[in-house]
Amino acid sequence: MSALGFIVRRIGAAILSLFAMSILVFLIIRLVPGDPVRTMLGFRATDENVARLQHELGLDQPMLSQYMSWIAGLFRGDLGQDIVSHAPLSELLLQRLPVTLELAGLSMTLAVLFGVPLGVLAASGGPWSKRLTEGFVVLGISIPDFWLGIMLVLVFSGILVVLPPTGYVPFAQSPLENLRYMALPVLTLAIGEAAYVLRTTRGAVINVMGRPFVTFLRAKGISPRRILFGHALRNAGPSIVTVVGIQVGVLLGGAIIVETLFALPGVGRLVVTGINQRNYPVVQVGVLAIATIFIVVSLITDLIVGWLDPRVADGMMQ
Amino acid sequence: MTGMATLSGVNDRARRQIIGGGAVLGTLILVAVFAPVLAPYDPESMSVREVMGAPSLAHPFGSDVLGRDVLSRVMYGLRSSLAVAISAIVSSFIVAVPIGVLAGYFGAWVDSVISRMLDMILVFPAMLLAITLIAILGPGASVAAIAIAVIYLPILARVTRASTLVVVRQDYISGSRARGASHLRVLWTHVLPNSLGPVVVQASVLSAFAMQLEAGLSFLGLGVQPPNPSLGSMLADGRDVLNQAPWIEIFPGLTIMVAVLAFSFLGEGLRRALDPKGVAE
Amino acid sequence: MTAMLSLERLSVSFAGEAGPSIVVDDVSLTLEKGEIFGLVGESGSGKSTIANAVMGLLPASATTSGRIQLNGRETTGLDENDLRNLRGREMSMVFQDATTSLDPTWSVGEQIAETLRAHQSLSRGAARARTMSLMHEVGIPNAAQRYRDPPHRFSGGQRQRIVIAAAIANEPKLLIADEPTTALDVTIQAQILELINGLRHQHGTSVLLITHDLGVVSETCDRVAVMHRGRILETGPTRDVFGNPSHPYTRALMAANPAWSRRGSRLPVVPREWSIEEVRHD
Repeated sequence: MSALGFIVRRIGAAILSLFAMSILVFLIIRLVPGDPVRTMLGFRATDENVARLQHELGLDQPMLSQYMSWIAGLFRGDLGQDIVSHAPLSELLLQRLPVTLELAGLSMTLAVLFGVPLGVLAASGGPWSKRLTEGFVVLGISIPDFWLGIMLVLVFSGILVVLPPTGYVPFAQSPLENLRYMALPVLTLAIGEAAYVLRTTRGAVINVMGRPFVTFLRAKGISPRRILFGHALRNAGPSIVTVVGIQVGVLLGGAIIVETLFALPGVGRLVVTGINQRNYPVVQVGVLAIATIFIVVSLITDLIVGWLDPRVADGMMQ
Repeated sequence: MTGMATLSGVNDRARRQIIGGGAVLGTLILVAVFAPVLAPYDPESMSVREVMGAPSLAHPFGSDVLGRDVLSRVMYGLRSSLAVAISAIVSSFIVAVPIGVLAGYFGAWVDSVISRMLDMILVFPAMLLAITLIAILGPGASVAAIAIAVIYLPILARVTRASTLVVVRQDYISGSRARGASHLRVLWTHVLPNSLGPVVVQASVLSAFAMQLEAGLSFLGLGVQPPNPSLGSMLADGRDVLNQAPWIEIFPGLTIMVAVLAFSFLGEGLRRALDPKGVAE
Repeated sequence: MTAMLSLERLSVSFAGEAGPSIVVDDVSLTLEKGEIFGLVGESGSGKSTIANAVMGLLPASATTSGRIQLNGRETTGLDENDLRNLRGREMSMVFQDATTSLDPTWSVGEQIAETLRAHQSLSRGAARARTMSLMHEVGIPNAAQRYRDPPHRFSGGQRQRIVIAAAIANEPKLLIADEPTTALDVTIQAQILELINGLRHQHGTSVLLITHDLGVVSETCDRVAVMHRGRILETGPTRDVFGNPSHPYTRALMAANPAWSRRGSRLPVVPREWSIEEVRHD
């Protein structure tokens, strides 16, 4: 199995996932019990309005051609219209996406920057550092992230008054202000994620340090530092990257809540408002965007794992 | 035989985790069940004079924006949050176990079809899938429970499948088949009871996540609906008066955390006790 | 002339739940320069523990007494840093399973070069060039093309050659080989033994060969010590020990070894306890 074959196979799998996901997202409106259009329109549901919206959404067409034209629209960048504001959804998404990407990207970066070194420390350090990191892991994993966010607001905006509790300033407008507003949401998500990354790194490094090749490295007189960082961490890399990939999904889920909590105009908040307004096209676009990010990130992490561990790319391991 | 191990044969750490987690969880469940008896006040009765009252002897957890007793609301909130989380995990378990056992026992195309379908669910991040299902079916406690059940279905089914695969390889299975026992009989008397251990462990661990997920959904207003209190929606209600009345936020959050910790300690302890090598990852 | 390696009354015990267990019990032996010395015994006889004690690789739970001298220098009291400087440069070790001895994520060339650069100040390029000549020396064809390949793309025998190349990269004077051929096919075994023998001839490397396989010992070793339950029962030139085994355990071991015993008749029963009087063919 060649490396190219591995890449092609993984991309193929990702395309399949995208296809499966697109069908489920497409079905969102169609699966709503009762008449989705009447539900959407609420008190404005006159017969005339219902017929018009049904036509707009293409619901009067056969299912297959509905799906085909929806997909064709996606490829043209035509995501349909917001049924409340009548704005094109593509514009809405372009406004919202950077917020979510920044939130998720910064949080995961922070989680990795803290989680990996602390995980190595927990695996190699004394009993003191082990107990401390263990406590962090248990707390980080059990604190509900939005409650952690609320407590952070209480401390940093309520008591210390150093950071704004809610709101958003675009990065392009003022990078510094943007970061000030992003600080608490990012921290909220990063702490829990750092706990997972730490736990994974610790487990993987301990596992590698017990393998025979580490004894051989010691027998060759390689320094402990080099064994730890050059070999153990490198071998732990695939497990860490895999978990980071999985945790991006958790992070994107958490972002939905955190965006609502901190009034960040991201895709997650878009979906929640969409649900509350029965604005199904908006919900569809938001779900589509978040799920696509997740699938693409999973693909990228799989490819990185293949690059880090040549056995995976050669098809010797799953 | 991977049946329930007795606590005496289990290492100290596992025993401490099971007893500690179990005791805390048991207490929480008792409080939830007997909330109507234990709660000092009606969780919905408002009092203008008590609006945002600080914790006191009369109201140990203070009172909220509408002057309702936070302690009583936490008790009732715990009741609905635990109800959603536990019923979600139990229904997920009931559906996942037969699916996983079938996939593991019959293998071949049955396994492929089931595994592919479960993979479809995993295409979505968990929270997003829950929200999508709620978008379709409409907000509410039972829909939240269904959504959480669906999310954990593939995980529980996979663990069942993996532990079934181990059991099926045992000699007594082929022995029973050779003695003419039907598939159904072998599944029911041998495979199922011996595969359950790791699944129970996983279900216990997932209950911790289910608690968090339920709280998150209710916080977004998509789970338990008012006027019923839930721990998540209480957090949403007190959000705007955080600085004036932090107790409205602190106590429900702490309660969620204690419940989550109890579930994960119990799950972790059971995992250590039943499955020291860690099949049920 | 000072011996390459001498052990004086070496004992090693491990702390266990049921009190300490003595794994190496009062062992003395000397390994001369340029010699291949065989240490034979069943698994659990303590031979690998001796190897680890010499390398300074015993776990913290081990207690050691006695003396170990490497080329006339006492190594028993050295701290970890000094030991690390000796490992890979003065003494080196190869293990039974080459598959698990190599880091699966590093290319084989990098792993050999790393050992070079750990002990010598070499440029990247110089280490690379030296690595390729080492790979060539141990019999890896197309070293330049295969430098970047990860271990799993090599056969078992080739992997053991790479392990040996990494172990001898800094031309250590002592090489400890712990069951280096056990995981390999018979034909490959012979090639690896030939390679080890060649190292002795070309570089004057002394080799402590640890094995349970009497056939391997008789083909390769100048002298041999037979171990059982932490003690040396019999020691001397290979020809004498196997030609005229004095200790009943040695005879039982020889008879129990199918490749060795040509009679092919029934195997003798090996009793659990043997007299601990050491027999020396000096």
